[in-house]
Amino acid sequence: MTGMKVNWKNVALFALVAVLIIGTGFVQSWNTALYILNLGLISAIMAIGVNLQWGYAGLFNVGIMGLVAIGGLATVLTAMPPVKEAWAAGGLRMMLALATGAATIGGGILLYKRMRPGRRRTLALMVWLVGGFFLYRSLFDPAAEAIEAVNPASTGYLGGAALPVLLAWPLGGLMAAGVAWLIGKTALGLRSDYLAIATLGIAEIIVAVMKNEDWLDRGVKNVVGIPRPLPYEVDLQRDPGFVETASSLGLDPVTASTLYVKLGYGLMFTAVLVIVLVLAELALRSPWGRMMRAIRDNEVAAEAMGKDVVARHLQVFILGSAIVGMAGAMMTTLDGQLTPGTYQPLRYTFLIWVMVIVGGSGNNWGAILGGFLIWFLWVQVEPLGKMLMDVITAPLPDGALKAHLLESVAHMRLFTMGLILLLVLRFSPRGLIPEK
Amino acid sequence: MDFLNAIVAIANYVLIPGIAYGSQLALGALGVTMIYGILRFSNFAHGDTMAFGTMVTILFTWWFQSLGISIAPLPTALLALPFGIVFTALLLLGTDRAVYRFYREKRAAPVILVIVSMGVMFIMNGLVRFIIGPDEQRFADGARFLIRARDFKQWTGLSEGLAIRTSQAITVVTAVAVVALLFWFLMRTRTGKSMRAYSDNEDLALLSGINPERVVMYTWLIVAALATIAGVLYGLDKSFKPFTYFQLLLPIFASAVVGGLGNPIGAIAGGFVVAFSEVTITYAWKKVLVYLLPESLEPSGLAQLLSTDYKFAVSFALLIIVLLFKPTGLFKGKTV
Repeated sequence: MTGMKVNWKNVALFALVAVLIIGTGFVQSWNTALYILNLGLISAIMAIGVNLQWGYAGLFNVGIMGLVAIGGLATVLTAMPPVKEAWAAGGLRMMLALATGAATIGGGILLYKRMRPGRRRTLALMVWLVGGFFLYRSLFDPAAEAIEAVNPASTGYLGGAALPVLLAWPLGGLMAAGVAWLIGKTALGLRSDYLAIATLGIAEIIVAVMKNEDWLDRGVKNVVGIPRPLPYEVDLQRDPGFVETASSLGLDPVTASTLYVKLGYGLMFTAVLVIVLVLAELALRSPWGRMMRAIRDNEVAAEAMGKDVVARHLQVFILGSAIVGMAGAMMTTLDGQLTPGTYQPLRYTFLIWVMVIVGGSGNNWGAILGGFLIWFLWVQVEPLGKMLMDVITAPLPDGALKAHLLESVAHMRLFTMGLILLLVLRFSPRGLIPEK
Repeated sequence: MDFLNAIVAIANYVLIPGIAYGSQLALGALGVTMIYGILRFSNFAHGDTMAFGTMVTILFTWWFQSLGISIAPLPTALLALPFGIVFTALLLLGTDRAVYRFYREKRAAPVILVIVSMGVMFIMNGLVRFIIGPDEQRFADGARFLIRARDFKQWTGLSEGLAIRTSQAITVVTAVAVVALLFWFLMRTRTGKSMRAYSDNEDLALLSGINPERVVMYTWLIVAALATIAGVLYGLDKSFKPFTYFQLLLPIFASAVVGGLGNPIGAIAGGFVVAFSEVTITYAWKKVLVYLLPESLEPSGLAQLLSTDYKFAVSFALLIIVLLFKPTGLFKGKTV
């Protein structure tokens, strides 16, 4: 820290983002501007989580999509009402099946650790795992079938705990932390590329589970109508007090109610972002943060100094994942629905990486800036590209080529994101707001 | 008789699809492992390279079809394949020149190159979707079957049929030819030897006067051929969809890692290990068991260990098991 010297370049960068979002409000609509703002806030929180792993510790995690999805699942499990018939039909059996599955794996690990290496251990392990698997399936299959048979068009799943939806945010973080512990226990300590491939795989599996296990979250049938922490627009429009306040501000009730709800989310997300940022900055400046960076910069030296590198990596991996999971829960709360089919790695893993790299790895303010800026571009490249393409294709005669070009604009954003990533890596590898 | 029927059923539903899929994965993994061995990073853009090569091949296939050019009963795509390889080679050489060379000269850490390859992946993905769109394309023409299930039943008198699709036969023949050619190149030619030397020990190879840029150029050319062939064979066998090709990254990486990254023989073995694990674990064994077991023991369910939706889980589990217990793979790979 160099006293209270203001870094005008950074202020200018954040001002630019503010101008872009406010400009969207004037040019397009305030609805779009608030949409960009709210998801920008969530993106910024995700970017801080990834920055913790990559910027502080040099861990390359490409399983962000899985953590975001886990957060979304947490929202359903927390806030949706339980489906009593489904619980009666197979709830306890399902719990028993899951416990059996966990016991099989846990017992297997215990066997592996306790017995002496050799053929007897291999054989015992095989028998235990195969037996456990068939026992698990014999409990699981009928339970899942019974649960999914309960009114499949509207429920067909166990439902949640009917708790306040805001509890899902910390719970999403906790669940993501649990998954991260499992990944970390197996894949940390391996080479960086291997961690990358392992996390890529686990994310695909998490999303595959959420798409296919209907008893858990209705799969691709989606869970809609997740309770909200804020009032519904229609209720606001019926409230005479609200309508009066709106008209005194010169707004019609419909516009006022949507703005009210979106601003409400914006304030809640801002509060979370501020808390996460303060904690992350405190951690960065603490002895712990210095140790993390020392490990990142020279693992061998840090290990020689008596630092437990693998344990510290596990710690920061869990912390970063928890932040991402929480952001995932916030996103599903904002959407009001869980749609497992929409989790795409390009959107939820690689885009977050672009945010971190462009913003500046190792710097939390950079992560926030990257989150907002890249999210803004992700949303706006499409309409901008369309305008550009309209101009380019204007002289062309109407026909297949013109139609194809106009239609293809939708895919320009991937191209643009890749180009931005490569340009930043090449010409400004430390990002827009570099690490101090 | 029941025993023979069971064997035919296994051949039809496990062996033949497994061999075809294994060959496709092996060709993909060979590309990944070559890049890892010579350029020393895991190339996340490999799936999208395959998609690009396949897309160019499809475009030429359509053009040939519109001109009435055909090599029936073989699919027209085989005629278009060389063009796909040439365009992919140009793309990869251009990418190397514009992107990777800078980091190579700086001797950047492998993980930086992985992130760079992520950027390349975005661009290629966008390019492919921009040109051909995100939808599924089928481009196989010519004869569909080499052996039809109905004919097989008539010849043998068995109740179980065996079918071999043309695409499966072409896959295996092409894969064998490509692998033979590749190994001949690596083992017998001067360039191939210098590539192996460079992969084994970069400094020593440089000292003995091997031109690294030449080695890198040949690597990209070979990778372009391998990726395009793998992609086209997969597309002929199943279908082409940009997102599916991106997702192939996981089984391909699993194959390369299981075999030992940087080891070509390992990549081939890994491809078949992954393919057969995937096929056997997601196959519903009921049919086979019904033939083999006495009636009283017949399974009531499908006897499927995992639903096909979880095929990625198989690749992943194999990957983790190998990494935990044999980190350099079944055939000794290398670590950068």
